[in-house]
Amino acid sequence: MGELKVQDKEIVIPGEVLAVGMDFLPANGTFREEDKIIASEMGLVNVNGRLIKLIPLTGRYVPKKGDTVIGKVVDIGLNGWRVDIRWAYEANLGLKEASSDFIDSRRTSLTDYYDYGDVIMAYVVFTTGSKIIDLSMRGPGLRKLIGGRIIEITPSKVPRVIGKQGSMITMIKEKTDCKILVGQNGRVWISGAEPKKEIIATKAIRKIDEESTADGLTDVIKEFLEKECK
Amino acid sequence: MAFAKRSDGRKFDELREMEAKVGVVKRADGSAMFRIGKTIAYAVVYGPRQMYPAFLQDPEKGVLRCNYNMMAFSGSGERVRPGPSRRSREISLVTEKALMPALDLSNYKNTVIDVFVELIQTDSGTRCAGITAAAMALADAGIPMKDMVASIAVGKLGDKILADLTKEEEDYENAVDIATAFLIREGKVTLLQMDGELKKEDLIEALKVAKKACEQINKLQVKALKEKYKTK
Repeated sequence: MGELKVQDKEIVIPGEVLAVGMDFLPANGTFREEDKIIASEMGLVNVNGRLIKLIPLTGRYVPKKGDTVIGKVVDIGLNGWRVDIRWAYEANLGLKEASSDFIDSRRTSLTDYYDYGDVIMAYVVFTTGSKIIDLSMRGPGLRKLIGGRIIEITPSKVPRVIGKQGSMITMIKEKTDCKILVGQNGRVWISGAEPKKEIIATKAIRKIDEESTADGLTDVIKEFLEKECK
Repeated sequence: MAFAKRSDGRKFDELREMEAKVGVVKRADGSAMFRIGKTIAYAVVYGPRQMYPAFLQDPEKGVLRCNYNMMAFSGSGERVRPGPSRRSREISLVTEKALMPALDLSNYKNTVIDVFVELIQTDSGTRCAGITAAAMALADAGIPMKDMVASIAVGKLGDKILADLTKEEEDYENAVDIATAFLIREGKVTLLQMDGELKKEDLIEALKVAKKACEQINKLQVKALKEKYKTK
């Protein structure tokens, strides 16, 4: 019978032995060496039956197929746009994928669609290794983001900002009357009727980023929003 | 005359006073500070990011690039002149080699992870303090690691094996200075450099002392890392 060396929700550092025994299985952020399961990054332990995984606490965004991201247009070529998505390499947004319109690059300037510095919401269609990342904007809700403000948070904390079935983000939206979009790459777009409300939403999201490991985070944020919105 | 007591009153295997802190540079991906005695090392990690010149890229795994630098105002300037030199190039290289076995960069193809080790105050054991700080900074940056690395200098003076030599001790006549780094969990050596002459038995004995010291340093590393992410 295997033995668990750490407790659920404990913070572990790389190289720490999480469990001994073959009846445990390594998942995200862990690996097996002989009969031990070892952490490979900073994270919170999550034991789910026999499965041991880590919820990362830090680290850059690594693109995955199907992720919705918020990107900035950094270059325009003949066949599309180059987009910064907070990863080491720029992503590619092709002409066909950029809009539901047919774009003829010989007749129209690509800057009419997306100009340098424009912020767009797109999803990752395809990625190989690390250098090639293809984005698409064909889909519901994928568009150029106009107005509002962008804040950047730790990508691994995006699930906490969204909450279970979007509970956290819905709460912030309701309390502040802001439109909020969260990209998997840790960029958050906030647009509200008043700058004051936007600032409250920004503060709340920053608070989640800082205190993501706290118990009862939803209540803490709820209290915070109620106090600020008075 | 037999060597019986260390100038600063420490025991033979006792380390200097240590301090570790993680997350000292806010805008970096990962950062850490490590102080041992009067030596203070800051390590800052940026990346994974795009690698230029492009021919240095590795399409199979990420590349670790370390840079060791003694800041212009560090040290007394008597022995080592701070700044870029043959010596700092060499130490950058051994830092890289000491950390690489602990890292798993297979998910970071074509990218580079930059580690800058800056020493703002130098006494002795700078490369070891640098490696210890860099290991913490890499963990803070969320780079996948199979193990932690800790590093210490040990040596021999007279007939005694010493841990964590001071400046006077390493400059003493016939003194032996061995810089070591260990993978903590696996107990493997990743850095081994030596000044002076030593018998095989003494080297083995010295490595035992070093391993014990590294385990002690690692406890501090773990504490500093967990401290940063603890719930406020």
